[in-house]
Amino acid sequence: MLLLRAIGLMLLLTMASLLPSKAAEADLRATIAKFAAATGFSATEAVVHELAASGDPAVERPLSALADGNLYIRKSDAQVFVGKEAGDGIELLDPLSGEKAADAAKADLTKIKVNNGLRRTIRDALGTLTLRAKDASVRLAAAATMFKTPDAANIEPLDAAIAAETDPAVKTMFDEARAASILVSDKPEADKLAAISVIATRGDRDALSLLTSVEASSQGAVKDAATAAIGKINSTLTLWDAGQNIWYGISLGSVLLLAAIGLAITFGVMGVINMAHGEMVMLGAYTTFVVQQVIRTSFPGLFDWSLVIALPLAFLVAALVGLAIERGIIRFLYGRPLETLLATWGVSLILQQAVRTIFGPTNQEVGNPSWMSGSFDIGQLAITWNRLWILVFALAVFGVLLYVMKRTSWGLQMRAVTANRRMAASMGIKTPWVDALTFALGSGIAGIAGVALSQIDNVSPNLGRGYIIDSFMVVVFGGVGNLWGTLVGAFSLGIVNKFLEPYAGAVLGKIVVLVLIILFIQKRPRGLFALKGRAVEA
Amino acid sequence: MRGNFARITKILSAGVVAAGLLASASAKAAEDTIKVGILHSLSGTMAISETTLKDVMLMLIDEQNAKGGLLGKKLEAVVVDPASNWPLFAEKARELISKDKVAAVFGCWTSVSRKSVLPVFSELDNILFYPVQYEGEESERNVFYTGAAPNQQAIPAVDYLMSADGGSVKRWVLEGTDYVYPRTTNKILEAYLKAKGVPAEDIMVNYTPFGFSDWQTEVSAIKKFGSAGKKTAVVSTVNGDANVPFYKELGNQGIKAEDIPVMAFSVGEEELAGLDTGPLVGHLAAWNYFESIDTPANKKFIDDWHKFIKNDKRTTNDPMEAHYIGFNMWVKAVEKAGTTDPDKVIDAMVGVSVPNLTGGYSTMMPNHHITKPVLIGEIQADGQFETVSQTPGLVMGDEWSDYLPDSKDLISDWRAPLSCGNFNVATGKCGGKGTN
Repeated sequence: MLLLRAIGLMLLLTMASLLPSKAAEADLRATIAKFAAATGFSATEAVVHELAASGDPAVERPLSALADGNLYIRKSDAQVFVGKEAGDGIELLDPLSGEKAADAAKADLTKIKVNNGLRRTIRDALGTLTLRAKDASVRLAAAATMFKTPDAANIEPLDAAIAAETDPAVKTMFDEARAASILVSDKPEADKLAAISVIATRGDRDALSLLTSVEASSQGAVKDAATAAIGKINSTLTLWDAGQNIWYGISLGSVLLLAAIGLAITFGVMGVINMAHGEMVMLGAYTTFVVQQVIRTSFPGLFDWSLVIALPLAFLVAALVGLAIERGIIRFLYGRPLETLLATWGVSLILQQAVRTIFGPTNQEVGNPSWMSGSFDIGQLAITWNRLWILVFALAVFGVLLYVMKRTSWGLQMRAVTANRRMAASMGIKTPWVDALTFALGSGIAGIAGVALSQIDNVSPNLGRGYIIDSFMVVVFGGVGNLWGTLVGAFSLGIVNKFLEPYAGAVLGKIVVLVLIILFIQKRPRGLFALKGRAVEA
Repeated sequence: MRGNFARITKILSAGVVAAGLLASASAKAAEDTIKVGILHSLSGTMAISETTLKDVMLMLIDEQNAKGGLLGKKLEAVVVDPASNWPLFAEKARELISKDKVAAVFGCWTSVSRKSVLPVFSELDNILFYPVQYEGEESERNVFYTGAAPNQQAIPAVDYLMSADGGSVKRWVLEGTDYVYPRTTNKILEAYLKAKGVPAEDIMVNYTPFGFSDWQTEVSAIKKFGSAGKKTAVVSTVNGDANVPFYKELGNQGIKAEDIPVMAFSVGEEELAGLDTGPLVGHLAAWNYFESIDTPANKKFIDDWHKFIKNDKRTTNDPMEAHYIGFNMWVKAVEKAGTTDPDKVIDAMVGVSVPNLTGGYSTMMPNHHITKPVLIGEIQADGQFETVSQTPGLVMGDEWSDYLPDSKDLISDWRAPLSCGNFNVATGKCGGKGTN
């Protein structure tokens, strides 16, 4: 009798699994249709739960569409569709098969509203459904979700998934998610202790967060084990925090270096107090914006290359403006630093207002190419791609500039004019042209700095204002006229700033750095790496 | 590229036309018109926000003139540029009132600019309409506050985050720019949270300078604070330009709205225009108006705005609605008083009720603040907000916060016979002192 019943059950099960039967699909469709009648987030959430409870992987399409805000109701017949933007209207796709069903205008559709709570629910539901997905990264994401939202009901599907898993990285994540779920279940103490040690080896902030809540809610050996694990994680995290501060400092230093390096030439080498330096950076950023606009409208496929294309153009634009400023204004003012300061200040205001008139006062959107978005982890250290690329770029610019200054004849002429103008002139160097080109080079470099800075700051007419003081600080601190000084100055200011920030706060940190620099300049008026020799006195 | 050039030429020619118009306007000044002062920065750091408000005022004045003007006269806009320079605001205000003899002034954005013009308005007895959400703790006879007071923005926003819909937040980061508005707002919020039973160790307050651009340390501190096993949210009073790098860093460090939502009080459609909002979907903002509000009045307003500014990509935002309400209130009060004499108009203003853009009516209260609905919106991928919560009725602006010990006994009522902006109900005397 028992045998018969078992056979019957097995038959039923195979039938159900063999035929993704019309009945099951119709059920799903009926459930999806309920979205149309659901008013308010809690009603929608109930439908999501119902869909998730079906356990059918087919519900992934409508659920992810809902989470992305792409699930629509057609007003005429209250049918639910997945929508895809197509020109002015919306292409309607079948919510289960994903095949194109119809086109519609936006006005004929109602978008199903989602909020954070709903997105969270969908993410959790999809986590369980996508444990067996083909793509390893999807499984990894599923495991990460389940780790963050542990639930005793997750243990069984996780056990099955662990048994079937072949990728070691995904398997570790599954193990951790399973351990997290055990901690919130009513499993025996021994299981929980084992789970705590699994989570303790993970050792990141999520683990810490989970263990803290376990510590608060449990007693006896489990509580003690959690406390010990928290202590251990905290002590390793302190080390990582120090590492993180250094990385942040280096990254801030690279931004400072980029902003200051053009100034190291115009102010450092030529001695021109160039208050319009920040505006050269801004021009570079706006060039990037224009390049991206053109690419967006005409060559969308090239978007990832937009920064590479913008680099030479930004250099050219800023260098030409720099050349015009030098030829038009500064060359009449050599040896009169106060007048130069005021004149370049005026130029900076003119440039700002010009950009404001042409592009408008609002921020312009400069997108990040895909290779500059997101972050990766080294241990517990999260490194964002855009910061890493900016560091690489800053060092590359520095290297190229150093080469130009030290190894090319143009660089030699530049240094000669700086060291002794009259001697250089009598050797046949056209000093006015060297001046003009040097100023153009410094401005051009500021322009390409603008390309990089457009990735982390906002592109507005005020962009340059924020960098001018920092740039002068770096150049003066590093030692006027010395490129290496600028490099060391930028990185040490960056690191000092970032070490002060967690303790003193950003506002006080900045003040402290400024005071330190003032004291330092009192002691060494020529900065870190002072130029020596007769040139200094000239 | 061609589009850009076309735009540039259009702007240039518009500039020429505007210059011509200004010239002809001054020639016509002898005719009998009612002058309206516009005191918004058109250059300097605040131009990014304030230029739009100047444009919307010009549009409103144009529309009123098309309807036949006011009291049988045409309105004439007098635009000055205080250039984001606070003392210059006071100078320009004086110029508008004494030299141009304007009937009312619409202007200011930052609290410090408002504070700098206050003495001018009370000395010369004129009217200022202030359209921006602010920290409260002020009520002046000559000023009408059409933006939100803290209880019309900050408190409902925190309430939403505490509710089940908002994620039942237990731990709070109050992140702000270092100046008067965030400091006062955070003081009120801290007192409010503590009154709601949030322990001190679950509140983290942090300030950054104006225009701050390196948010790495701050964002990772938020991440760290959020990993204590309790639901965490950030309440951001970060102002202006600092927002873009802040949100970029949040996106890059992978802080998702589902995990740690950021509720902002100074981020509107205009600020989002400079951002790729894809990674920010779900982060929140609290305002009294969103461009996405679906009402006939708002649709007409947006259409008019696009036609006026000749660019259908330009967004609308909350302070623009505040000017819309403020201007219509002033028009109605002038009609009611039958004169533009500031004294009479000030008395006529209280109780004036005009439609707002969210489908209801806003009324001027005796404390010179208005009633508004409070909306909580989530950022969408297209740079708009979608309303996820709305207060059931209108909220009346409360100038003196009930959560600060210094100001909880103060009320303001500018109607006779009380006619006092800081009446202390405990001592029964006019002349209490708030937090600022």
